[in-house]
Amino acid sequence: METIQTTLGQVNIASIIIFFSFVAVTLGITYWAAKKTKTTSEFYAADRSISGFQNGLALSGDYMSAASFLGIAGMVSLKGYDGLIYSIGFLVGWPLVMFLIAEPLRNLGKFTFADVVAYRLKQKPVRIASSIGSLMTIIFYLIAQMVGAGSLVNILFGFPYEIAVVIVGIVMMAYVLFGGMLATTWVQIIKAVLLLSGATFLVIMTLSQFGMNPINLFEQAAKKYSDAVLSPGGFVTNPWDAISLGIALILGTAGLPHILMRFFTVPDARQARKSVFVATGFIGYFYILTFVIGFGAMVLVGQDVITSIDKGGNMAALLLAESVGGQFFLGFIAAVAFATILAVVAGLTLSGASTLSHDLYVSVIKKGKTDEAGEVKVAKIATLIIGALAIFLGLVFKGQNVAFMVGLAFAIAASANFPSLLLSIIWKKFTTKGAVASIITGASLAVILIILSPTVWVDIFKNPEALFGLKNPAIISMTASFLMGIIVSLLTEEKDASEKFEDEKLRTYLGIGAE
Amino acid sequence: MGIKAERVKEILESEKFKTLVKKRITVSITLTVIMLIVYFGFILTIAFNKEFLSIKIGEHLTLGLPIGIGIIIFAWILTGIYINWANKKYDKAVRELRNEVLEN
Repeated sequence: METIQTTLGQVNIASIIIFFSFVAVTLGITYWAAKKTKTTSEFYAADRSISGFQNGLALSGDYMSAASFLGIAGMVSLKGYDGLIYSIGFLVGWPLVMFLIAEPLRNLGKFTFADVVAYRLKQKPVRIASSIGSLMTIIFYLIAQMVGAGSLVNILFGFPYEIAVVIVGIVMMAYVLFGGMLATTWVQIIKAVLLLSGATFLVIMTLSQFGMNPINLFEQAAKKYSDAVLSPGGFVTNPWDAISLGIALILGTAGLPHILMRFFTVPDARQARKSVFVATGFIGYFYILTFVIGFGAMVLVGQDVITSIDKGGNMAALLLAESVGGQFFLGFIAAVAFATILAVVAGLTLSGASTLSHDLYVSVIKKGKTDEAGEVKVAKIATLIIGALAIFLGLVFKGQNVAFMVGLAFAIAASANFPSLLLSIIWKKFTTKGAVASIITGASLAVILIILSPTVWVDIFKNPEALFGLKNPAIISMTASFLMGIIVSLLTEEKDASEKFEDEKLRTYLGIGAE
Repeated sequence: MGIKAERVKEILESEKFKTLVKKRITVSITLTVIMLIVYFGFILTIAFNKEFLSIKIGEHLTLGLPIGIGIIIFAWILTGIYINWANKKYDKAVRELRNEVLEN
């Protein structure tokens, strides 16, 4: 047995200093942003002042969660090639966001994707239904992030779990509450730059031990373990499982409310498409880095050391950082991982708050009749509600296995949000009842089937056999959602809506009248 | 916004606008289908023909490695192809049509 020499879990001074500098700088930005955050357009959409490039960086910041950094690097370090299969699934949703969603979304919407779904349909039922899909996605995603934050900080700094959850909750609430979308965007940008440069540096340090040639690293890994680490292994055993997971990851990306919301921060459709190009490039680059980092950890740290610290391999990237760059670099990467969670949680909270205030309070309860100041006030109260909920859920789910919740969030996004959004953009005959049926079918099937699936029924409830065979329900729930949307729309003609479709084309394709 | 209803109708029914919409939908759908075929082709290859991806192209290196990394780069190139088309062709037609609508 090799002796483990790591300072993980001890208080790392470098890490604490870097993390608190991040918090100090971002709070400074929040103070600056607060002066420019008075109207609803400023609060929800940074007054559409973000450039395509900046938004691309912010989108990648929103998407590169600690789970994808630590989780995928860990998966690669233990399983090799299989980790790459997983990250490819996360990436290929982005081109689809560009081809199908980004521009019409930007042209038709105002602050939330529900603006687009409800554009020519009856506001009340559609807003309520899409808020349900939105909030479910956000809450499951939030739980996974908050629990991840608590456990990560516990391992990294030795702080108690509860303190970490409360710190994350309060700091992110400060960003959103005072600085709105402008502050949240800059937090994402700074975090994305830190994460990308940290990961790049880690890869350079690692490769310097292999003659700067990644092929040497891969060959070494095969020699140390076996050739199997360079070939697909057990990740895909049941093709239906793999396809279903693929659907959830790809179409889910195109249905994540906090990602969709970012498209309203740019001035026009052209910048919206540019931001996806930039985001796809950075996210793809990042996944290639995590692949190299995973192999680096496999060779330089060793699988038995990695699993002795954390069974799932989540600490692989950090152990590698310590091994190639010492304690200071470990501190840097650890602080970046924590900052990452903070930024993702802020994006989720802003998106949840805008659903509560813009979609439910203003559009449903007030029927669109509020003044600017009133709506901003409600949006801030909604931020407090979602923030408090995030802290509460983080504390309640302590120690629970929440890994499946990210998969569930993606499944709901793919099954409830994406079908209704796409149909409303491309299909003339889509009706109010069709939209509601599609969203409710997708959301409820996704939740019910995942409870009956091996992921929850067997792994969490410890039943001997699952009632539903697939680990991810998207193939069934997404298909059912599209079918229900189409069938119900065909049965319930809505003349008003199909007439408006023609007029809306001017806005969809030419951007005339876009906000 | 001061655009007359007849004018809107005229533009909507013009050949130019119809061609633009058609072209945009064709490009979007084609690129989407290419991406889906590549991705699910990859997943199905893993499911049914793992041996193919395990073919050695070096002492230990497998064919799966450049293919996997290649898909990531390919996805990005596809977004580049789209943006290139949209910036050069689509935006130009959009500008012309917009001017026509807003002038009147």
